[in-house]
Amino acid sequence: MIRFILRRVLGFIPVFLIIATLVFFLIRLAPGGPFMEGERHVPPEVLEQIRESYNLNAPLPQQYAMYMWDLVRGDLGPSMQQPSRTVSQWIVLRAPVSVELGFYSLIVALIIGLSAGIIASLRPNTLTDYIPMSIAMAGICMPTFVMGPLLVLIFALKFQWLPVSGWDAPAEKILPSITLGTVYAAYIARLARGGMFEVLAQDFIRTARAKGLSETRVVLRHALRGGLQPVISFLGPAAAGLLTGSFVVEKIFIIPGLGKQFVDAAFNRDYTMLMGAVLFYAVLILIFNLIVDVAQAWLDPRVRYD
Amino acid sequence: MRFLLGHTSLCIAIALTLSACNGQSGSTSKSKAPREGVLRVAADAEPQSLDPQLTTGHTEHRILTSLFEGLTTLNQKTLEVEPGVAKTWEISEDGRTYTFHLNPDAKWSDGAPMTANDFVYSFKRILSPKFAAEYSYMPWCIENAEAFNKGTIEDFAQVGVKAIDNATLEVKLAYPAPYFLSMQMHNAWFPVQQATIEKHGKIDDRQSDWILAGNMVSNGPFKLAEWKPNELIRVVRNEHYWDAKNIKLNEIEFYPVNGNLQTAERMFRAGEVDTIETLVITKVPVYKRDNPSVLKLEPFAGTYFYRMNVTRPPLDDPRVRLALAMSVDKESVCNDVLFGAFTPANALTPPGLGGYTAEAGIPYDLAKAKALLAEAGYPDGKGMRDIEILYNESEDHQLVAEAVQDMWKKGLGINVVTNKQEWKVYLSSMTTLNYDVVRAGWIADFLDPMNYCECFTTDNGNNRTGWSNPQYDELEKKARHELDPKQRFAYMQEAEKLLLSQTPIIPIYTYRQRYLINSDLQGCDGNILNYMNYKYMSVTRNKS
Amino acid sequence: MTDVAPTHIEAGASLWRDAWRRLRKNHLAAISFFLLIAMVALVIVGPWVSRYSYETQDRELGAAPPSASHWFGTDDLGRDLFTRILYGGRISLMVGLCATAVSLGIGVIYGAVAGFAGGRIDSALMRIVDILYTLPFTIIVIILTVYLGKSIVLIFMAIGAVEWLTMARIVRGQVVALRHKEFVEAAYVMGLRRRRIVLRHLIPNALGPIIVYTTLTIPQVMLLEAVISFLGLGVQAPMSSWGVLIQDGAKVMEDNAWRLIFPSLFLSITLFSLNFLGDGLRDALDPRISKD
Repeated sequence: MIRFILRRVLGFIPVFLIIATLVFFLIRLAPGGPFMEGERHVPPEVLEQIRESYNLNAPLPQQYAMYMWDLVRGDLGPSMQQPSRTVSQWIVLRAPVSVELGFYSLIVALIIGLSAGIIASLRPNTLTDYIPMSIAMAGICMPTFVMGPLLVLIFALKFQWLPVSGWDAPAEKILPSITLGTVYAAYIARLARGGMFEVLAQDFIRTARAKGLSETRVVLRHALRGGLQPVISFLGPAAAGLLTGSFVVEKIFIIPGLGKQFVDAAFNRDYTMLMGAVLFYAVLILIFNLIVDVAQAWLDPRVRYD
Repeated sequence: MRFLLGHTSLCIAIALTLSACNGQSGSTSKSKAPREGVLRVAADAEPQSLDPQLTTGHTEHRILTSLFEGLTTLNQKTLEVEPGVAKTWEISEDGRTYTFHLNPDAKWSDGAPMTANDFVYSFKRILSPKFAAEYSYMPWCIENAEAFNKGTIEDFAQVGVKAIDNATLEVKLAYPAPYFLSMQMHNAWFPVQQATIEKHGKIDDRQSDWILAGNMVSNGPFKLAEWKPNELIRVVRNEHYWDAKNIKLNEIEFYPVNGNLQTAERMFRAGEVDTIETLVITKVPVYKRDNPSVLKLEPFAGTYFYRMNVTRPPLDDPRVRLALAMSVDKESVCNDVLFGAFTPANALTPPGLGGYTAEAGIPYDLAKAKALLAEAGYPDGKGMRDIEILYNESEDHQLVAEAVQDMWKKGLGINVVTNKQEWKVYLSSMTTLNYDVVRAGWIADFLDPMNYCECFTTDNGNNRTGWSNPQYDELEKKARHELDPKQRFAYMQEAEKLLLSQTPIIPIYTYRQRYLINSDLQGCDGNILNYMNYKYMSVTRNKS
Repeated sequence: MTDVAPTHIEAGASLWRDAWRRLRKNHLAAISFFLLIAMVALVIVGPWVSRYSYETQDRELGAAPPSASHWFGTDDLGRDLFTRILYGGRISLMVGLCATAVSLGIGVIYGAVAGFAGGRIDSALMRIVDILYTLPFTIIVIILTVYLGKSIVLIFMAIGAVEWLTMARIVRGQVVALRHKEFVEAAYVMGLRRRRIVLRHLIPNALGPIIVYTTLTIPQVMLLEAVISFLGLGVQAPMSSWGVLIQDGAKVMEDNAWRLIFPSLFLSITLFSLNFLGDGLRDALDPRISKD
């Protein structure tokens, strides 16, 4: 297993470089650039100078070579739109917030999603199936841009229990985590129900039951392993997405996370910032998908490391 | 399952540690509870930078006026010029030489005295070609500034700025700009301290970190205490400020809402802030009805208009353009569509800007519009191709575009399509004249109609319609060099009349600043520049 | 291929026939099925019956609550919300179905091939998925608007092209788990062709998660459509969609609640039906439960 992980990690390097290359050219295909005429005219001489100072006037291959050289040395360059900090500094500043929000949301999602999904799977097509699944569905029918403001109106403005915005005091972290968590809870519940249902019908479960094992033991010790397979496949990219922040939730609750940084960079054509954000996300995706693959193999011995 | 449990508890442990760390680092900023002498503001956006010479936005301007002060300032209510760093000044007969006498008490926030050389250095910085400031054209009214900025002359001594002695600054202008003094409220003119700039980089270093809390030295009524990006900017009293005894506020906290005006309004309602910069437009009628005492709707020197691409037939025909302009029912746009938040505009320059109100105008006159269209060869819109309205993503723009689309369809029988583009795509389309009709807005930088007049000359980069008229260019030039204020306005009136009769643009409405302000905050009178002079403001908490 | 066709059809037919029989016995699934049909019929026929067009404005009326003349109220420009929801439903259902079909097609085949092939091919294919995950969606949409123009077909492509990645991962996970099971080994021994093993044995046995994730993809793409429309690709004003209507409604939920409630209701009914139908279908298709 160690060998498998090592090989995969080594494999990250070319993948990472491919991503950097692709995104480098892709973002330059989008119309407009980081420095262009705005709503107000900017003298062309000025624009020329700014582009010069960020080396944007050089031929594209040369720009690419210089970027990659800096990247290999671990330098992501300065942010073009928020020039007082470097891209690395921005990521270091923002990532902890997004990671924290992501963790809380993931916990909310796992608690609600797994319990709803597992309970529902035990007695399919009865009320103990329909009720938890309907609750979980709320997370899908109510997108974050509905759920967030709704929670704020109820808990912050009507009852005045919690603050409207911010990410400082613990109380400020409750509503955003719930808002973001419920969406993923719905996905987890649906996938868990399906997976569990399937496993519970299999022969080895019958055998376990026939042996007189308690239902709890059957479900927790035997069925969960296989039943959560699809949930885990889903969790890899979902977790990476959660940890790099959610633009909508960050915007609703004014949270200084990476999600907003990411989307703003795209809108501003802040090339360096956008590259940094994508590469950070790429590292997370690669790591989480590796974790998922390892977890899958661990949960199901039939899956081999190959 | 063991794996899952182990994983989950690990996650919780990490998250708790993270939040604990965060709690510690965040403990410097207090909760948003109301406090005596502390003004809490919901700012529209996170500033791009706090370098007064690099920023271009309005939110930045409102924050920067608390941190820096130019040669002169404006009265919060009347917008009359008041002393800033300069205590007194003289203007020469020809209106081209200004001599400023600095206030001997003026100091930087580190206690160092301010000198005329600080301003020479600052003007040199914003004009440095390598520094490439977007607003570097602001000081082009100074003699030779444009040439230095464009790199045609390299010796800054040739530019019309000179320190006569430590306390006297002389500025020579390229042409008499009667608005020169009132212009000084703009952040492009604010001084920066040479020692600080050069401690953190070169004079023309755009990426310098001198603007971070702890590094910044400023000269305004407040100094930067804390800057947590996208969370909070906290400024505290600057005891070295020359007029510190007249400053009533102890602190100002700016909470950037990142363009989420809905959240800003909710923060206000929850008592988390004392004032918000902009009220979301859909809430205007609600506050008018339920809580008018906190709502402010103030005239604002900005115009919302449509540009028309005169290089594309059939928009190359002035009759077609005028017909389109005359069939826009601006009353309906403002009152029915935009919640009565704005004022209909018939001319380009907002009324009352520096004492100027346009005499010409394009009224709503559907009958005449139809006649014009028929005269141009398109009776009832027959034979006219589809016209496209381009706008960038925002609900307000979409509402206006949909309403205008309906007016042109119903009123003139023209088929109209709307095209929404993402901001930078929209900008590229507009600047490359790749559109039929495009939404635009123009907000005055300073208190003078020249702000608008200069936009539509042939060479001006803000024209963006392809429209060119030598007579208009001539009038603008005459106005620029005219000393007599009456005659100057007369030239601009004539120019505006010409512009409107040729109709490369459709004026739609004059902006109004719409914001909320609670009863604890005094001295925050509105003005048409939406200019903030924090000297006049105070916060008194009612102990209840 | 011709020699195996008859058994193929026969086996397939009995599988689906069994499933249909079981599905009808599941009342909730059956109700959901008819609700969905009713919804589709409503958005197709409704607009023809309605007195208003989606773009008829009554600016003086503005946003008005539900009344006898406007059952679901009106929006800021005084347009009839009921009509707009029906027109929007056409767009949303079409986007939901087509984009999901695209993502389903690509994702299932890709995932199955990767999982079945294993080894180098598997890791290469999955690394491509990893790479595609990281491409910034906003930028891709912006580029599409510029280089390909604007059309509904493009939305399907853009959304489908993004949404298949997770599907591929889920299918691959299932296939890898199934690959070493007895019936697959048996199929090998019987000398069946790989293509046949994948299509006839592996994918049907992974159908459960595929169906479940498909019912999850539909709401996702319907809401993504709203994001894409915001960026200027997709529906152009005054046309609308459920996602866009809900997004607009969410901004005025306090003062014009009806503008959020009605489009959300339509979306929710559709999604609940899809969900229960999906679960019913999943249960009905599961070959292992048939013995019960």
